[in-house]
Amino acid sequence: MIALLYDNSFEGLLTAIFEIYEYKYTDVKILGNQNTQNDLFGENSLVITNTEKADRVMARIEKQMGANAIRQFLYAFASENEEREVIISQIIFYAIANPSDNILNDYSNPFVLQLSKWVKSVGREKHRMEAFVRFELLKDAIYFATIRPDFDVLPLLVKHFKERYQDQKWLIYDEKRQYGIFYDLKEVAVVTLPDKKMLSKNKETIWHEAEVKYQNLWIEYFDHTNIKERKNTKLHLQHVPKRYWRYLTEKR
Amino acid sequence: MANIFFLFLYENNLIYCKVNYDRIKEKLEILADAAKYDVSCSSSGGNRKNKDKGLGNSSASGICHTYTEDGRCVSLLKILLTNFCIYDCAYCVTRKSNDIKRAAFTVEEVVDLTINFYRRNYIEGLFLSSGIFKDADYTMERLVRVAKKLRLEHNFNGYIHLKTIPGASDELMREAGLYADRLSVNLEIPTESGLKLLAPDKNHQQMIEPMGFVKNEIVVYKEEKKKFKSTPKFAPAGQSTQLIVGATKETDFQIIKVADHFYTNFNLKRVYYSGYVPVSNDFRLPALGTEVPMVRENRLYQADWLMRFYGFKADEIVDRNQPFLDLEVDPKLGWALRNIHQFPVNIQYDSLEMILRVPGIGVKSAYKIVQARRFQKLTLEHIKKMGVATNRAKYFISVSHSNQHLQYLDSLHLKKVILNETKSKFEKQFSAQLSLLNDSSFIR
Repeated sequence: MIALLYDNSFEGLLTAIFEIYEYKYTDVKILGNQNTQNDLFGENSLVITNTEKADRVMARIEKQMGANAIRQFLYAFASENEEREVIISQIIFYAIANPSDNILNDYSNPFVLQLSKWVKSVGREKHRMEAFVRFELLKDAIYFATIRPDFDVLPLLVKHFKERYQDQKWLIYDEKRQYGIFYDLKEVAVVTLPDKKMLSKNKETIWHEAEVKYQNLWIEYFDHTNIKERKNTKLHLQHVPKRYWRYLTEKR
Repeated sequence: MANIFFLFLYENNLIYCKVNYDRIKEKLEILADAAKYDVSCSSSGGNRKNKDKGLGNSSASGICHTYTEDGRCVSLLKILLTNFCIYDCAYCVTRKSNDIKRAAFTVEEVVDLTINFYRRNYIEGLFLSSGIFKDADYTMERLVRVAKKLRLEHNFNGYIHLKTIPGASDELMREAGLYADRLSVNLEIPTESGLKLLAPDKNHQQMIEPMGFVKNEIVVYKEEKKKFKSTPKFAPAGQSTQLIVGATKETDFQIIKVADHFYTNFNLKRVYYSGYVPVSNDFRLPALGTEVPMVRENRLYQADWLMRFYGFKADEIVDRNQPFLDLEVDPKLGWALRNIHQFPVNIQYDSLEMILRVPGIGVKSAYKIVQARRFQKLTLEHIKKMGVATNRAKYFISVSHSNQHLQYLDSLHLKKVILNETKSKFEKQFSAQLSLLNDSSFIR
């Protein structure tokens, strides 16, 4: 058994899949380079991410199964599930073995079915974040939000927020994965936060003076748009699970 | 000296801000309270793009930014411009004779709230309605002014839903359609006789007129757009309406017929059903404290979905002889139980239309089934993993392997067999009140 170690990037995974064909490996598995400890006695081979190879795999996927297939693989990759390398590579092997079919419609195949489940749950988390991001206006005119999504969806959010908020600077920070995306009125960049003051408990000190007012008005609105006679806690919790409450102005 | 003067000014400013804030807060409380019985929350169907570094766009699928404790989606800032009203509709909390606090927002206040909520990602946009003060045109003109200011002065591309006021002039209606994504008139009371009883100042025909106008304008603008690309869009997310359920004696048959009429003849995007929340001890209405008919409301929405997404005709869902939906089972299961001769449906070979009619199979699963069956023979296990509620579906389908559940298909007790195996979210209400269910006054 040979373990191919890649750099945990999507391109890295596609490079590894390309090399399985290139070097005609038969007994092989792909591992993210943090998961090496479980393979002390096997042979390891380091995959150097190569955009040319990744692009060729991507082009093949797109040609056979359409651009939507790329999206599905990206979503599955964002699930961070430890099985993601196995499932994604197995589906690509299956597709290459059946070049005339769009095998992503074969929901009776367990790998395809698993992929569709990840696409669904990652897609839901992405949509949740588009809804649950709560910007707070800071003194230096940046709209700032922290999130803690179940999956690594931040890269999937760039397009939505960039199209929507073009005339204000904004920064969305993933507390769990410790990186953020920042829009400076021109481009969106991936950033880390050297100044952790923005994440501290008494963050009110860095808010713009109008911030408290609008937060309170929003909380008032939230309370008054509720119909008490129709109280339905179960449904409420189903839509707004408690783990998100910390990040929601109206539920804190 | 200069410092003291400055300090004085500063404090004055603070006091001004505080007073201003308290006033806005009070208005918001009153005017959100008054708007909340309008259940429409949809922000979908818009596709305004953000050009030239403006603010916002509308996401075609719509986004619920939060949910109230009653489990309803909060997508738009839903408020009345004012709750002063010249009408006295018995079912309405804002009716003239009701002794409540009245308030009115200025155009600037609504614009400021919308922009600042939107920038913080609280909302998808604005849903602005209003009590009728003075007359229809006077009210409509102010609603239009809010939308116009948002679009033209603030380059706002978020979602705007405006109420159209019956009786407003064509020019104002046309202007509203150019700035808003969606327009709506709430019919509220489904039948003419009910409207006469509860809202004697209103007239059924006059309420439907704006719907006809909007429908025609949408068609005209779409035709124009084919010829001239620069033609602006008119109410791109279409129009909707709301029907109150359980305020008068109308049957589900009547309600569904009205909805069907709107969908087919007025191209409405949505009809909303709002279980009546008692707001008055008027003898013409259910008493205060009467339970909101939530189960009935839910069944009506299910019926609505069957018409819009599952290819059912209104007549198939309820008919004159049985004018109420069965509260115990959903309308699709109800139809299947009345039409046992159409089953079993063969998962491998039957048409998509028939697969959509199987209880327990949703639209997405139906499509998955017809795609997956090209690859191999599907089993119950396969379709269960695809998301089908097999606890219901298994009684109505044949699969390549034998399906022992089909033996119940001709049984007189099929309904009971299914109910025993499924757990309704309304179960609590049924077990406590089952004996009351045959009493037609209950929940109606």
